[in-house]
Amino acid sequence: MVTEATSAAIGDKIRCDACPVMCYIKPGAAGACDRYANHDGQLVRVDPHIVLEQTVSHGGRLVPFQATGDWDGKIVHEPSIVVTAIGAGTTYPDYKPAPFIVSSEIDGVDMVTVVTEGIFSYCGVKVKIDTDRYLGPETATVRAQGEAVGHVTTSEYGSQMLSLGGVHHLTGGSKKEGRVTCDALMDLSNCNPVELTIDGGATVVVQAGCAPIVNGVAEERMRVGCGSATIGMFAKQWQGKVDEVVVVDDHITGVLSEHQAGKLLDIPDTGIKMKGRRSTPGRYFQVAEPGTGWGGTRISDPLSVLGPFDPKTARPGMTMLMVSTTGEHAAYYELDAALRPVEKQMPLDLKLSVERIQENCEPALCTVLFMGGAGGSLRAGVTDNPVRLTRSVKDALTRVTSGGAPVYVWPGGGITFMVDVTQMPAGAFGYVPTPALVAPIEFTLKLSDYAALGGHMDFVRPLASLRDSAEIRPMPYLPGRRA
Amino acid sequence: MKRLPQAALLPDGRRLHLQDGPIDLIVEAKGKEADVRAAYQAAVHRFTGLLDELCEELAELRQAAAPARRALNGVVARRMHAAVAPFAADCFITPMAAVAGAVAEEILGAMLGVAQLTRAYVNNGGDIALHLGGDETFTVGLMDRPDSHGLLRTMMIRAEDPIRGIATSGRHGRSFSLGIADAVTVLAQTASQADAAATIIGNAVDLPGHTAIVRVPANELQPDSDLGARLVTREVGALTEAEVEDALEAGSACARKLLAAGLIEGAALRLCGETVVVETRGIESRSPQAVRGDAPGSLMHA
Repeated sequence: MVTEATSAAIGDKIRCDACPVMCYIKPGAAGACDRYANHDGQLVRVDPHIVLEQTVSHGGRLVPFQATGDWDGKIVHEPSIVVTAIGAGTTYPDYKPAPFIVSSEIDGVDMVTVVTEGIFSYCGVKVKIDTDRYLGPETATVRAQGEAVGHVTTSEYGSQMLSLGGVHHLTGGSKKEGRVTCDALMDLSNCNPVELTIDGGATVVVQAGCAPIVNGVAEERMRVGCGSATIGMFAKQWQGKVDEVVVVDDHITGVLSEHQAGKLLDIPDTGIKMKGRRSTPGRYFQVAEPGTGWGGTRISDPLSVLGPFDPKTARPGMTMLMVSTTGEHAAYYELDAALRPVEKQMPLDLKLSVERIQENCEPALCTVLFMGGAGGSLRAGVTDNPVRLTRSVKDALTRVTSGGAPVYVWPGGGITFMVDVTQMPAGAFGYVPTPALVAPIEFTLKLSDYAALGGHMDFVRPLASLRDSAEIRPMPYLPGRRA
Repeated sequence: MKRLPQAALLPDGRRLHLQDGPIDLIVEAKGKEADVRAAYQAAVHRFTGLLDELCEELAELRQAAAPARRALNGVVARRMHAAVAPFAADCFITPMAAVAGAVAEEILGAMLGVAQLTRAYVNNGGDIALHLGGDETFTVGLMDRPDSHGLLRTMMIRAEDPIRGIATSGRHGRSFSLGIADAVTVLAQTASQADAAATIIGNAVDLPGHTAIVRVPANELQPDSDLGARLVTREVGALTEAEVEDALEAGSACARKLLAAGLIEGAALRLCGETVVVETRGIESRSPQAVRGDAPGSLMHA
């Protein structure tokens, strides 16, 4: 929590110096203003924090947002004041100086923060969906409201990746495609849910920071590892408790008795016969079609991945655990006289091992990274020699943030950055009818460096002057969305 | 770094919101566009530093008022003292009892000093300074609770009425009350007078010694409260109809006295769902169709 006020402790009371009333505040009580309170000896704000509260606009309106919890990378180092680009406004094309070029002193060095809202027609979001369920084939078209807005890209460990937006969908297709894409990107970037359908695949509801909902079912956990990895992790815990374990997985299904881990533990052969393509001992590819059933496969009956047991090795009464990589599905079998597996009540210690798998699966989330390129005319709002800004960013003289959130700047040409949208203030993104997204972007650098790279020195304003600014535009205030 | 108040137009684009420390003002002015703009600028200008001005004399303002004028310097501080002075001989009261009304008056005065306005008000957390010209009117609505819908009753103030201040006091507000009234709304010639009188009448709505009433020393809640160790009301348990009537009558008696002394123009007292209106000198007062089952049962016009 950000507090601009400080306090001095007097017994269990604290004295607030947020205003000249200088209230003594008892633990659990608030000051005369009802805005500051004594929470376990700490002075805290109890009303929604308005970041630009001290950057007051006289006669204009404020741009409030709930400050995110722990962020420490202050852009402007003055107690509690973070000037973000949100609501800063911009012009397009960006030949005018950025709306706010703010100077402030950090450790005696004049720092400049150029605050602007970039209009990004080259932008999109990268979506990571933690699920082993099959969402659709790679390169399949992803649609919102029936319009193509992106595609399925490579799978990552335990996750499906989507690449949405980009200039092709924003401006290269029909008008409707551009509008729907822009809406989808803005909603995803503002942490709102968006329903996406994948050609030849699933329908998934994506919301940054929330569990994905695949075909109407909310995903709970990521898999602990692939089937083979699961065998490796839990082999010892299964030894002596069950004769065979099959970990069903869309990618690599693991079989305990054949797996290297089982061999090392001298687990005897069981005569099990797996369908699918054997990769290395105990590891099978393609035991079933991908789907939303067991372990990201299509199956609902795990026995369908098995062939008949080999009568030379198998014997009646042998026990077998079948489990998915998330532990969400599990069943226990014993071979009958004809060596057919018959489902039985699972023994307690095996149940515990299934719960252990569940416990080791992290909560499944959707994450959304906004990616945009500020390589073009936007730089001209910052400096009259745009390429120097790019170089300055590369040389790490200029720090780039988006809505105050840290960004990753891609190596190579231009200023192409990615930012985790959940780290940004609520309602940070807007759009223009181009269609293109409007995202905040801030460049912070030393005043001397700023002059050197051809900065608009005439337009540098001391931080204090923003207080009297009427240029601050209203932004919708969405309370209570972020921590 | 000079601390600046928050100043912004509300989303309706008409009203100005000013905030500094514990002071929250909603301001609206009606007139020519240029006048309204000038008035708002004057309001912001006067508001800037006002809290600091008051705090310079805060220690003095927290002392019991003496009937004779104290050596206060600030214009707002002096107005606060003047508003509470008529009560100082008979009971404990500090100038702080009139702070909200006095600030509202000051801001309104600053606006009227620079602009021709047909109608304006400065609402300081329910304590309101009014300006009415020509045929303008101001309608005051009384609500049972802030979270309930509909108004209990409305009172219309016309330009020709002598009322330019409205204040409400009660045990649910931000400041403490020695009495048990849910709300006492007072109409008076100035906002600071209304503010002080509402406090006095609110304190008078009481059932001394009643076991269902939980009272706590004010300074246990707020260490630097101007009320010191005086017992303030925290909780009002179940009261019988007769007890509610008795408490309201005690408050009404006080209000009638202030009315006779010319200190107020009228008052509405509310406790446990019952409302009493003390003569509002021809103020158009009506209760809209009852909005709740327990809406005013007895409207005693004293």
